Amino acid sequence: MIEFPDIVNIPLAAWIDSAMSWLLKHMDGFFDVIGLIILQVVMAFEAVFLFIPWFIVIPLIGLAGWKLVKSWKMALVFIVMLLMIGSFGYWDLAMRTLSLVIASVFFSLLIGIPLGITMAGSDRAEGILKPLLDGMQTMPSFVYLIPALMFFGMGKVPAMVATIIYAVPPVIRLTNVGIRTVDREAVEASKAFGATPRQVLFDVQLPLAKPSIMVGINQTTMMALAMVVIGSMIGAKGLGMEVLLAINRIEVGRGFEAGISIVFLAIIIDRITFSFSEKNEKRK
Amino acid sequence: MSDNAKEKPAETVQVEIRNLWKVFGRDPKKIVNGPLKDKSKEEIKKKTGCVVAMRNINLDIRKGEFYILMGLSGSGKSTLIRNLIRLVNPTSGSVTINGENVTKMSSEDLLQFRRKTFGMVFQHYGLLPHMTVLDNAAYGLKVRGLPKGERFAKAMRSLETVGLKGWEDSYPGALSGGMQQRVGLARALANDPEILLMDEPFSGLDPLIRRQMQDELVELQDRLQKTIIFVTHDLHEALKLGDRIAIMRNGEVVQVGSPEEIVTQPADEYVEEFVKDASPAKVLTAGSIMEDAKVLLYNWEGPKTALTLLRSHKRKAAFVVDKGHKLLGVIKESTLEKLIEADEKPSILPSDSIRKVSTVNEDTILEDLFSIVNENPYPIPVLRGDGRLAGVVTTDQIFESISPAEGENHD
Repeated sequence: MIEFPDIVNIPLAAWIDSAMSWLLKHMDGFFDVIGLIILQVVMAFEAVFLFIPWFIVIPLIGLAGWKLVKSWKMALVFIVMLLMIGSFGYWDLAMRTLSLVIASVFFSLLIGIPLGITMAGSDRAEGILKPLLDGMQTMPSFVYLIPALMFFGMGKVPAMVATIIYAVPPVIRLTNVGIRTVDREAVEASKAFGATPRQVLFDVQLPLAKPSIMVGINQTTMMALAMVVIGSMIGAKGLGMEVLLAINRIEVGRGFEAGISIVFLAIIIDRITFSFSEKNEKRK
Repeated sequence: MSDNAKEKPAETVQVEIRNLWKVFGRDPKKIVNGPLKDKSKEEIKKKTGCVVAMRNINLDIRKGEFYILMGLSGSGKSTLIRNLIRLVNPTSGSVTINGENVTKMSSEDLLQFRRKTFGMVFQHYGLLPHMTVLDNAAYGLKVRGLPKGERFAKAMRSLETVGLKGWEDSYPGALSGGMQQRVGLARALANDPEILLMDEPFSGLDPLIRRQMQDELVELQDRLQKTIIFVTHDLHEALKLGDRIAIMRNGEVVQVGSPEEIVTQPADEYVEEFVKDASPAKVLTAGSIMEDAKVLLYNWEGPKTALTLLRSHKRKAAFVVDKGHKLLGVIKESTLEKLIEADEKPSILPSDSIRKVSTVNEDTILEDLFSIVNENPYPIPVLRGDGRLAGVVTTDQIFESISPAEGENHD
């Protein structure tokens, strides 16, 4: 059998390792600052969600189900699901997970929407970003954990960094597509009346792309939830960690309770964020 | 290519288009400046992959003119209208509007220029579905930075002009196509622009609504006297609305002329084919087919002179004019005889013996003459704008001038 020649050896792994150590050595302060900002935001969300007692959160989410999803049945389902999470003894962990998700989505949108707008405005930006986004989405999600761990250590922050990277592509993509598919004449009309690029963006492109952007936000949120669970492997407290512990100790029942709590959270988040995009379509 | 700007030097040219080219594709400048320039559209496409949308366009559009750009899809007419305000940037050539070179403007100047000079109406309306009708109509004013009160007041007036009062709080989605286009028109008019650009504004509408909108636009133009540059692929629309028409084909202007010139003297086979179906009755005017009145009586002459004149031409009746050549009406042979036989012979033709007749103007189209011809045995007198008699039109002349193409019915 003919082996692949040893001479043709691209030391990619070595390069990346040395790049990482260079970054760690010289950019340490930079990562510390980023980590601190992320931590502050997530702590703020956690403080809010852990401060508000369950008997207020549950009716509020029920109300959201009724008003936003426009179905009292859905509201009832939400309430029952939340009560079940509470009865499993996972209320605090669920709120921690929720805070992580919301903080991650917050950062994802902060990065993703402007990037999507840039991408829609320039074919070159689209040409560069598109393969990058494809790569980000096809990459197995744990892969992000390793560099995140190295730059930010254990805990919430690296989990969130990995989550942000994993969850940001849909909102970028759908912002881009949404803006690009806005009625050409509406944009032309705005320009014909002498609107500045900024006016075109805020008066026409963003409002008309809103349903599409909302679908992007919905998908980003769902992916963030999935990743936050995985993020528990590097020390992010929450429902994911409960599942991980249950697996390690082979406690099927406990794992199931935690797992189903995650599913309940996912359903609630999905229905509520999805209702935003539907509501906007109806107004048209 | 003909250009009629020289015929009426008194009128100011507002939009001057010189050697304008637009080529889509890689390195379009190379085509415009290189040897490929004179090759056909197909050849250029084959050799370089570039699409020539406009080739060396030269046009002069006068102030207050209703100017039509007509052609089939792909003829470059929509590209041309977009080049005027650089929604599409030309590859080479220049557009000068009100003495300012639009092609050389900085983007900041261009924004200001668009705001103060233009209003534009689009084929699919280009309305903003998330804003109310009033907000839509006020959009151009909002872009300009007018305070809310002022822009809503202006937009309301504009909505009233197009007959949409009472709809200001609706959303465009709740309106019919015709009404949405009225919003589009109101939005364009709210700015009180000097030049109105209209890109196939009525193409998407039902025939009945379309005709109604056309009529209203004509009426509006009579009142407002804007310069209107109107793109259409519909010949009947072009003939009905336009003061002048530029016919485009494959990115070139084939002919420029008044509706009448286009129909009666098509520049080439392409235009001829295009206008083949045009009914001359909708284009030709009374002024263009009238003849001089052969027998004309003057009211200060006596009945006797009149009768002699009438008999020498073997006529039973004739038109009577006064000293200023203003038409008074028609008088019959029998009436003259009675006047002569009467005891008191009048020295002039008495006005009560002259019968009033229906008249038309020089620019009345033939179609509108039919009903008059039907109920009127006499030739129809054609008047100038000041009421003076210009000539007469007979039934024979009407049918002669429309007979060649009047085989089918086009409505």
